Amino acid sequence: MSVNVRIPTILRTYTGGQAEVAAEGATLAEVIADLEKNHAGISARVLDDQGKLRRFVNVYVNDDDVRFEQGLETATPDGAGISIIPAVAGG
Amino acid sequence: MAAQTVASTTDTTTAPAAPSVDLGPAVALSCRECGERTPLSPSFACASCFGPLEAAYELPTGDPEALRKAIEAGPESIWRYAPLLPVPADVADKPNLNPGFTRLVKADRLAAELGVTGELYVKDDSGNPTHSFKDRVVAIAVEAARAFGFTTLSCSSTGNLAGAVGAAAARAGLRSCVFIPHDLEQGKVVMAAVYGGDVVAIEGTYDDVNRFCSELIGDPIGEGWGFTNVNLRPYYAEGSKTLAYEICEQLGWRIPDQIVVPVASGSQLTKIDKGLQELIKVGLVEEKPYRIIAAQAEGCSPVSAAYKAGHDVVRPVKPDTIVKSLAIGNPADGPYVLDIARRTGGAVEDVTDEQVVEGIKLLARTEGIFAETAGGVTVGVAKKLLESGVLDPAATTVVINTGDGLKTLDAVAATSGPTATIRPSLDAFRAAGLATH
Ligand SMILES: Cc1ncc(COP(=O)(O)O)c(C=O)c1O
Ligand SMILES: [Zn+2]
Repeated sequence: MSVNVRIPTILRTYTGGQAEVAAEGATLAEVIADLEKNHAGISARVLDDQGKLRRFVNVYVNDDDVRFEQGLETATPDGAGISIIPAVAGG
Repeated sequence: MAAQTVASTTDTTTAPAAPSVDLGPAVALSCRECGERTPLSPSFACASCFGPLEAAYELPTGDPEALRKAIEAGPESIWRYAPLLPVPADVADKPNLNPGFTRLVKADRLAAELGVTGELYVKDDSGNPTHSFKDRVVAIAVEAARAFGFTTLSCSSTGNLAGAVGAAAARAGLRSCVFIPHDLEQGKVVMAAVYGGDVVAIEGTYDDVNRFCSELIGDPIGEGWGFTNVNLRPYYAEGSKTLAYEICEQLGWRIPDQIVVPVASGSQLTKIDKGLQELIKVGLVEEKPYRIIAAQAEGCSPVSAAYKAGHDVVRPVKPDTIVKSLAIGNPADGPYVLDIARRTGGAVEDVTDEQVVEGIKLLARTEGIFAETAGGVTVGVAKKLLESGVLDPAATTVVINTGDGLKTLDAVAATSGPTATIRPSLDAFRAAGLATH
């Protein structure tokens, strides 16, 4: 499965400044592992010591917050758009 | 808490080569999660852990008595607290809306009705220039926008922030462009638009608006844009500390026992706690236990649900409530609200839309204060927790009303109309049964 991942500004040091990169994987966990292969360091930013999504990061697969889905086990269909976004204050 | 020393390598205020950013006592940004420090800049998330960045200060360490006198002699606005805020010392001299120093109403009739035997107060922030507490946070964000050279002031908003940004930008001579969910109360949409900035209604919920804005900031389109609650958030959020400062000052420099605070993202509540801690630290108030109680509407109560389930993370929800100002299904500071409620022996509670309307009317009927739906939430939660024994009726309690009822007329319009409609005649008035003689 090939997906497009949108990278927030604070992680672009790992992608050579690129705002969007391609990755492979059938689940979000696999996608993050694949990102790590090509952009070493990214995984430790997004996941905590126990390998869980950090509590102040929001990840969307095709507009759906993965916390509404199966978290890291959320399926990432071919062509999916994935966004990694830091939590934002209120308004 | 912000530490008080800063590594010289990250201190832009003393590094001669770096562009000077004068934000008063604020000397760096610090990650609330891992403590990592970065220079003052328009960034909001920690590059190591995604935790929220917040302003770190060199707080006044001198004579508290002198500080207190200086504050008391200051302007009747949030700027009296400039030594504790990320703003330049001459902030009050620039064109701005001078928000804050709103009334603290001793609510004896409400107290009697709720069975409160101690002192009960309503901190009424509907008296701000655009009639919500958002004027406090925006005023600070404007200073940061000026310091970083932004030309457009922006935000994602559930309504009140949009109005505050529109007005503050107009006064400061900045362009504004704000983003709101498409289905807000008309009063809030009009208030956002009347100041002449651009208003973009997004087809989606507030959380969708937020996501869109985050992507806009990461794109070249967003260059030169200061989003009050996104890239300016570390500064913006500090504005809510002034609620804590004012409440304590208005109580004669003492911390109340219990404070009931409405929660959308949880930013305001988190900073009220930070403000109280800072007052203790600089010696303006005596340290004492206090309880912070978080209030949500049942139709959007992810923090309350996490609290009741004993969780320390917040699972997002899709909001469905008349309380649109608090309709944030994915609250960024939710985990801190849980921490603070637990640490202070407080609570997180929610009320139904019916109880919100009841709360609005109760406050209006007893104290002559017309609150927006968020105020109905705090009053409703106070009532509920007094009835269930969680709140102490003998304690000194402050309930915050964050916005004006004129902005959410629909909530009470159906049940608040003329008592009678009559011909202009004495007989007709007598027939309506309202005459007392
Ligand atoms: C009237 C009112 N009260 C309270 C809040 C809650 O603010 P926070 O997101 O800081 O929890 C908001 C936020 O939009 C609001 O408009
Ligand atoms: Zn961090």
